[in-house]
Amino acid sequence: MRRALTFGLIGAAIGWHLSLVGMLEAFAGRWLIGQSLSLSSVLLLALLFSVGYLTGRHAADGRDLATTAVPGLLLGCALWALAFLVSGVGLRHIFVAASPALPGIVTFGQGPDVGGLLLLLAIGAAVGLVGGAANWIPAAPRRVVLIALAVTVLVGLLRDVLSPLLPSVLTGLLYSPRGGLSVSGTFIVFGLTVAVPFVRAMTAAQLGGWARVRPAGTWRQRQRALRVLTVLLVMSFPLWGGIFLSNVADFVGLYILMGLGLNLVLGFAGLLDLGYVAFFAIGAYSMAILTSPELGALALGFWPGLLLAVAITVLSGILIGLPVLRMRGDYLAIATLGFGEIVRLLVLSDWLKPHLGGAQGVTRIARPEIGPLVIDRPQEYFYLILVSCGLGWFLSVRLRDSRIGRAWMAIREDEDVAQAMGINRVTAKLLAFATGASLGGLSGALFASLVNSVIPQSFSILVSINVVALLVLGGIGSLPGILVGALALVGLPELLREFQEYRLLVYGVVLVVMMIWRPAGLWPEETRVRELEEAAEEARAMAPAEMVATGQDGA
Amino acid sequence: MATATRRLATLTGGRRVDPTMVIAWTIGTALLVLVLVGSYRTLASGHYTSGQWFDFVVFGLAQGGIYALIALGYTMVYGVLRMINFAHGEVFMSGAFSAFFLADFLERRGFIAEYPVISLLLLLVFAAVVSMTIAVVLERVAYRPLRGAPRLVPLITAVGASFFLQYTFRGLFGSGVRVYPTVPLLEGTTFGIQTKLIVVFLGALATLGILWAFLTFSRTGLAIRAVAEDREAAALMGVNVDRAISSTFAVGGAMAGVAGVLYALVFAQVQFFMGFLPGIKAFTSAVLGGIGNLPGAAVGGLVLGLVESVGPSLFLDGLGIPAAHQLKDVIAFTILVLILIFRPTGILGERLGSRV
Repeated sequence: MRRALTFGLIGAAIGWHLSLVGMLEAFAGRWLIGQSLSLSSVLLLALLFSVGYLTGRHAADGRDLATTAVPGLLLGCALWALAFLVSGVGLRHIFVAASPALPGIVTFGQGPDVGGLLLLLAIGAAVGLVGGAANWIPAAPRRVVLIALAVTVLVGLLRDVLSPLLPSVLTGLLYSPRGGLSVSGTFIVFGLTVAVPFVRAMTAAQLGGWARVRPAGTWRQRQRALRVLTVLLVMSFPLWGGIFLSNVADFVGLYILMGLGLNLVLGFAGLLDLGYVAFFAIGAYSMAILTSPELGALALGFWPGLLLAVAITVLSGILIGLPVLRMRGDYLAIATLGFGEIVRLLVLSDWLKPHLGGAQGVTRIARPEIGPLVIDRPQEYFYLILVSCGLGWFLSVRLRDSRIGRAWMAIREDEDVAQAMGINRVTAKLLAFATGASLGGLSGALFASLVNSVIPQSFSILVSINVVALLVLGGIGSLPGILVGALALVGLPELLREFQEYRLLVYGVVLVVMMIWRPAGLWPEETRVRELEEAAEEARAMAPAEMVATGQDGA
Repeated sequence: MATATRRLATLTGGRRVDPTMVIAWTIGTALLVLVLVGSYRTLASGHYTSGQWFDFVVFGLAQGGIYALIALGYTMVYGVLRMINFAHGEVFMSGAFSAFFLADFLERRGFIAEYPVISLLLLLVFAAVVSMTIAVVLERVAYRPLRGAPRLVPLITAVGASFFLQYTFRGLFGSGVRVYPTVPLLEGTTFGIQTKLIVVFLGALATLGILWAFLTFSRTGLAIRAVAEDREAAALMGVNVDRAISSTFAVGGAMAGVAGVLYALVFAQVQFFMGFLPGIKAFTSAVLGGIGNLPGAAVGGLVLGLVESVGPSLFLDGLGIPAAHQLKDVIAFTILVLILIFRPTGILGERLGSRV
């Protein structure tokens, strides 16, 4: 019961938070199924489900199950109270998001009257119970259903993006003309995503004997087919994706490139660089100064500009790396943060304005040319960025499996021991900084050319946080994790404009929640998992002595 | 050649010369020369009157007092947990921001004009309570589950918490700048100095005094110091470590809240992003004085406030840099980086040099 109350209160706090920062209202315009279910309702339902699920996590019998309705009821009451307050008292002069529309949204359209309260309580109890009961379903099918629900929500969310890409027959079948999925579309998407894993499991069971004969062969064949299909899809992306999606993909690509670069520093060598944006900025500004006719008389072409920009960034990586080499952990993070800010402030200052363009920035940056072909559309940049990402990936893989990669990981695990084992700390760390910087600089130079201008506002600390967050989400040190992180944290907000506003709020939550709940990330790297487990074991081994002592009250 | 190397070796106590240190010292010396040349040229040119210098110093001290209050929060948390509470700047912001609403309310009722002292105290207490609550909740939710995790993990969490708080405030109260009501009593000058600067400086000193008394004489203060000294031993002596850590956050948060109101008195406005720069600068102050060292944080804050206020005019102006005041943050960040490179133990020394 105490558990139920705790989760209810936590849920209520989250519900209030979501409403008052304006997230619910922003999402209310995004319809998922016709015009009957909006994203904000789904968010509230998911919240109710989660508190019920967490309360009933160790539910043993029906009595335990009944308590899982309690947090739902509590949350319902809290939401109703909020609706009542907003409509009755009017909090607008303090909370800017407490608009007249909010009460309707949190009460599922009923408004803050008795009917609304009853509806909220009913929904709260029911969904809470469903969440609690979900604990009784075996893990595998539960996962399938949850994933299917998530996919359905995603497909509904991406209606505006997907519908121009699909053939009109399919669009008409799946999507409702008034917004979101149609009812039949909902069932089709959900049914398919549930059915596929079930069918696969059943055929695997049926063909058990046959599969044992050539399991490796078919598996490999299927893998290869999948890989070819992915490559084809990615290569042809600008052809069917159109200009908007290509633009989004370009930005995702630039962030993947930065993610790969920071991964060398943070993921492999374990050096938290919070000023990574400095390299992005140096790359972009080098490109601008070298190629734009506005500043100086250099006005180089794209390719020499790109090479020089990357070279300059590598140099700056070494320059920044040298003084901070002796620091570890948190001090390094703050010092690099300082460097990042110094770079930005210098660029913004009037002092360097004649050389760097000041607050107005620099425009007219060179476009790449290959023979007679000038690359100036996002679709064409896509290939350039794709090649760069491939290069970065190749570099990362080769470095990871090389002597220097092992040296980095040794430093990450224990710097003193690594040094005692004969690893040259100075060279290893400088190499990490230099290679990491090169990818950041490459990304910056491509960015400058893509948007054809650089302004200081594009290079704030938020870029560094963005890159750190995408690494953390995917798993620090994990290469596929970077893809996952960049797609989720850069791609999704670009596609859904109402996410833009809450992007950094979500990054903050991602960083905290991932570190507490799953520090190895969504797609973890094996050594990293092992390190974390070892640390946890050590902590556990140390704990008993302390726990005995702290058990008695003192102070 | 060989003798020179040997001589060098004896000079450096027989240790090998670290090449990175050679480069670092070169850069450091170059910067020092620049500062000296710049200062000399400014002073020789007589650009500023002594009255202006006096104003710079007064402003620097008031600003430094605020930095000192925030820096104490960093230093105390570092003392007990060995982690940098990156979100402390946001704790400061939350106090200043929420006190704005109380100040606004009081002004509408004409309370501020009528009872300025009482309303100021009310504001300070309110901000302190809000910041304290946020700091304690932050510790409970974000940091406590991560004790014993690798050092990077709580740091990343702290960065996340910092952005979460910033953008929560932005969502709740909007992204615009809110103008703090002015306190009529504090307008004008006393002895030729702006009254509000005197009040801010004295307020900061008084708060520092209260903190000192709290840590020295109260049981909770004793527990905090014991945990900072040796957590295991303190636990064995019957100190409730969790509670001591919580109270550390509470005390640090309260100081940050007070600092928030003082800051708002000086700059007369609040905004959701306002915690970032003072946060970093206060951290610089804490490192400057030696992190984990309480008097060091106070001294470091005052020194940094002074340098930042006097510095742009003193040595950047002389180097012929236009609009030098734009670069005052660069000075702060440069000091931070230089201190971390050359004397990570700070001016007054820290107890944990090897941790750097």
